[in-house]
Amino acid sequence: MRRINLRAVGLAAAALGLVVAAGCQANTNDGGNQAADYCGKKVGFFGALTGENAAIVIPSRDGAKLAFKQYNEANPDCQLQMVEFDSQGDPDKAAGFAQQVVADQDFLGVIGGAFSGETNGTMPVFQGGGVPMISPSATRVDLSGRPGITVFHRVVGHDGTQSAAIAKFLRDEGATKVFLIDDGSAYGAGLTAELAKRLDEGTPKIPYATDKVQEQQTIFDATVAKIQAEQPDYIFYGGYPREAAPLFRQIRGANITAQLLGADGLYDPALATNTEGAAEGAIITCPCLPASEAGGTFTADFKAEYGTEPGSYGAEGYDAAKVFIDVISGGASTRADVLTGIKAYDKEGASKHIKFDAGGDVDPSVVVVWAYKVEGDGLTPLRALGVQ
Amino acid sequence: MTTHPETSTPTVGTPRHAATAEPAEGNVLRRLNQRRRDAQAAVRQRWQGLPKWQRVIAVLAFVVFLYYLPWLGYLPGGAPPRNPVANIQIPPFHLLRTDLGAGGSPWAAVLFTCALYVMVAIGLNVVIGLAGLLDLGYIGFFAVGAYSVAIFGSVDSPVVQALQERFGLSQNWAVGWALCIPIAIVLTSVSGVILGWPTLRLRGDYLAIVTLGFGEIIRIAARNLNGQSGPNITNGPRGISAIPGPEGPPSPDNQIFGLVDAKPWYWLALTLVILMVLGVRRLEHSRVGRSWLAIREDEDAAAVMGVHGFKFKLWAFAIGAVLGGTSGFLFASRYAYIDPNQFDLQLSILFVAMVVIGGSGNMVGVSVGAILLVYLPERFRDLDEWRMLYFGLAMVLIMILRPQGLIPSRRRARELADRAEEVSGGRHRRAEEATINA
Amino acid sequence: MNTLIDHIGQYTVDGVSKGAIYALVALGYTLVYGVLRLINFAHSEVFMVGTFAILVTYTVLDVQQYPALVVAIPTALLGLVVAGLASGGIALAVERAAYLPLRRKNAPPLIFLITAIGVSMILVEVFGLLLPRRIGHLLPEVFGRERAASLSVPYLFERRPVLTIGDTTIDTIHVIVVVAAVVMMIGLDLFINRTRYGRGVRAVAQDPQTAALMGVNQDRVIMLIFVLGGVMAGAAALLWTIRIGNTQSAIGFVVGLKAFTAAVLGGIGNLRGALLGGILLGVVEVYAAAITASIWEDVFAFVILVIVLMFRPTGLLGESLGRARA
Repeated sequence: MRRINLRAVGLAAAALGLVVAAGCQANTNDGGNQAADYCGKKVGFFGALTGENAAIVIPSRDGAKLAFKQYNEANPDCQLQMVEFDSQGDPDKAAGFAQQVVADQDFLGVIGGAFSGETNGTMPVFQGGGVPMISPSATRVDLSGRPGITVFHRVVGHDGTQSAAIAKFLRDEGATKVFLIDDGSAYGAGLTAELAKRLDEGTPKIPYATDKVQEQQTIFDATVAKIQAEQPDYIFYGGYPREAAPLFRQIRGANITAQLLGADGLYDPALATNTEGAAEGAIITCPCLPASEAGGTFTADFKAEYGTEPGSYGAEGYDAAKVFIDVISGGASTRADVLTGIKAYDKEGASKHIKFDAGGDVDPSVVVVWAYKVEGDGLTPLRALGVQ
Repeated sequence: MTTHPETSTPTVGTPRHAATAEPAEGNVLRRLNQRRRDAQAAVRQRWQGLPKWQRVIAVLAFVVFLYYLPWLGYLPGGAPPRNPVANIQIPPFHLLRTDLGAGGSPWAAVLFTCALYVMVAIGLNVVIGLAGLLDLGYIGFFAVGAYSVAIFGSVDSPVVQALQERFGLSQNWAVGWALCIPIAIVLTSVSGVILGWPTLRLRGDYLAIVTLGFGEIIRIAARNLNGQSGPNITNGPRGISAIPGPEGPPSPDNQIFGLVDAKPWYWLALTLVILMVLGVRRLEHSRVGRSWLAIREDEDAAAVMGVHGFKFKLWAFAIGAVLGGTSGFLFASRYAYIDPNQFDLQLSILFVAMVVIGGSGNMVGVSVGAILLVYLPERFRDLDEWRMLYFGLAMVLIMILRPQGLIPSRRRARELADRAEEVSGGRHRRAEEATINA
Repeated sequence: MNTLIDHIGQYTVDGVSKGAIYALVALGYTLVYGVLRLINFAHSEVFMVGTFAILVTYTVLDVQQYPALVVAIPTALLGLVVAGLASGGIALAVERAAYLPLRRKNAPPLIFLITAIGVSMILVEVFGLLLPRRIGHLLPEVFGRERAASLSVPYLFERRPVLTIGDTTIDTIHVIVVVAAVVMMIGLDLFINRTRYGRGVRAVAQDPQTAALMGVNQDRVIMLIFVLGGVMAGAAALLWTIRIGNTQSAIGFVVGLKAFTAAVLGGIGNLRGALLGGILLGVVEVYAAAITASIWEDVFAFVILVIVLMFRPTGLLGESLGRARA
């Protein structure tokens, strides 16, 4: 036993000696920071870049990328970087990425989240790290104006405006009964609840029936049965294409002929093709401009760069990026400076005049909600909807 | 409804010709197995031969190493760490880290998740390994623990907001983090009893299905109790944010338990794990543990000896619930945001997978299973997407080839050997006899 | 509640046709449990594989939506054959590869259950991730998207009203689904009660040792019940594509759990119980969704399961595969 003990102790001592000898190397600072203090800084982009709901987000990513590309081409010696984070619209994934961004001091801001759910989940993290957020497409009403939150802004109108526009549309069209379906997500449930309120409160009061579905659900025959029983003339779905596609298909498969209605979460040209014609004629609202209405040279530049017209929130993504670029290149090299710059921002953007109020919203009077129709193999703009 | 003890009637359809299926390659396998068993026995003998103080030092050294882990090796290219401990380089070990390349998760965060899952494994082991009850809905207890601190401790919670209004409290008031701990313990143990009371009289496989249902009910309830389809308790899919940690609500002023640096969280979790391990060990060797053992082996015989099966099974559920809930509690505290989608069925099944793959019935085994589940997909990022497939495969292979798990409890291995011997006569007995010592 | 009462006829009709599909899948659970006392967790994936087989077939043949009747009927029959083969084949493969080794070692039920769960996970991932990655380019309509993406199967039959009573409409789909399910079930019932092989199944369910003594080959009987259960699931898959028209790799779980609940509700091990349980569950589910919202549907199924298991675990008609009447 003694011998074994000595051996063991000796081994341990030798190992320890090796460790200490390998030792405390002084880690040299990797240096590398360039001379100009804001050059090489980064802005994150959070959104669903892959998966069933990506089609709503990719245009805004492309718009933002375009803005950065234009800036970097004009300033080759002092570049700014946009780093994409594919959250797939999932608040948990997004929260994980948010922690990474907060830890990396080179990130001066985030364009995002694209969806309301992930915005909600990442907001406290970004607030904790002082990282400014500008969302191009998160529309849930209670995201802005939260007490204690200073970092959140959005360049898009919120669902209070959108739901008012939808309610007015229904009244103008003379709807007699509406069936409201929502997917229980932060965005869908919020929007549908707002709409229900306005159907109740305006004149004339429009009766409605409701049902809820879940995210990732694909079997909707309970909902279809309810619709068949209620016999509405309008069916509104608050949610994303992943559930809307099978839902619409099953509704039409049951020979229900009511008018289908959706909001900006459904602004996905693929609805025209992946529902085997079920979505034909559906009307989709969006507080985002058709490509033809965007200001400046944005649409032409986008087309030149990507070969297609900008889709949903393309101009908004561009504007969000532009705000960051303008503020940072104006000399803001810390997060606090960028935040101050954003709050003071007052300029004309591609989608609207950009100036944020205390809660982070843009002036509601510059927000225009458009109606689009699913026709053929894409979406065609119908008209701008009023909200009164 | 008496439950059928596991070793009663053999299942139908055991082919009679199985006993002759041991060709020549079995000999090679058996020899290798024998060498392995001899080596393990030799190591075990040496270990037991050491005087107690040396064993204690070794265990303490191991614990110190666990605390040191967040600084394992060093992070190439990073700024020099502020303290000398972190500067110690042990060159090959830094390869274990997960944050070597771009897109890798921060090492301390991975360690924290490992510690959390080890907690879950230990709790689930109490239910599956010690009491022999298959619980497919363990995520439910995890969720209850997480929601306990969220609902009572966060200013974003509808319950806290309702209380603020009712009693005219300031907008920043919420139940303190430390106070949420006893609340969580009460809620989780109550949920364990609620689940167990109607269901523990059921047969093993029915119990599994029902527990699965329970896990799903918890998730669906958390999702639907949002003020529209039910009273607003959990904010529904919007989730609850601003969940406090030990230092209070998430804010840049938090010195230690902040949002970014996972190291203090990891140490807190590690401390809890150690406490749990000690606690469960005491339990195992106590009257309660022995009762579980008796119930697991043969419930009817245990009843004859005066061991009231139902009561002890309920204890197992409650204790397992508290342990799982503690893990959920820490999870919510660290990430400051939870929503119902995080507590899904897939995770429940992965929990069961890690326990049975690791080796149910002993804490080392299940901990290894938990660490594998967390670490492998993080270290080998390509694995992450395929994790369900690999774990499913691992589960099936291990159940067929080595049902006692990777690091078995010897008692479990013996139980399984006994059952195999029942159908195949002596031949298997001789082969399996040796696995008892494995 | 008013909604339900106003339209109770319509809801009931919908529930019955949904429940018929559950009943077919429930047969697989009930057969295996009646003989082996094993909950075949992987049976839900057997159903899923059937739906994918149909989808692949229709995609390869480029089947259009609502084809003419002379095309639709043979297509449906072809789908039935393909799904039956695929599901039956997978069920058999699972039994041979995973359950047989366990039976040889007389593994405890816990191990069987865990293995079944593992097999289920593997199948879901194979169809959700592995196949899309490996052969997605060959069949983009089927395997082009991963995981839970909903894949649509062309509707073969239009819904046209067949019978209208008040404001309750029974349409073609309802009729097809219920009639087909009942026919399959009668076929299975006849098989179990009137044929030699069926006698073997009943014998092994009743008393395995004696059956072996009487010369019944247990191994063959077990293979047979897995195949039968698989074929029933394949038929259910076809009816599913006719009625609902979509599938996804994760579809097995929900349908499987409902079907298992149906089997338990009717009396696990009892074939007629599976039919009764399925229809009852379908109807109750639809009623519950009408009163509350469709998202509480699954909770209702679970709650029913728990209540039945607590108060009457033998189900409505009792366990009786071994005592099935001739």
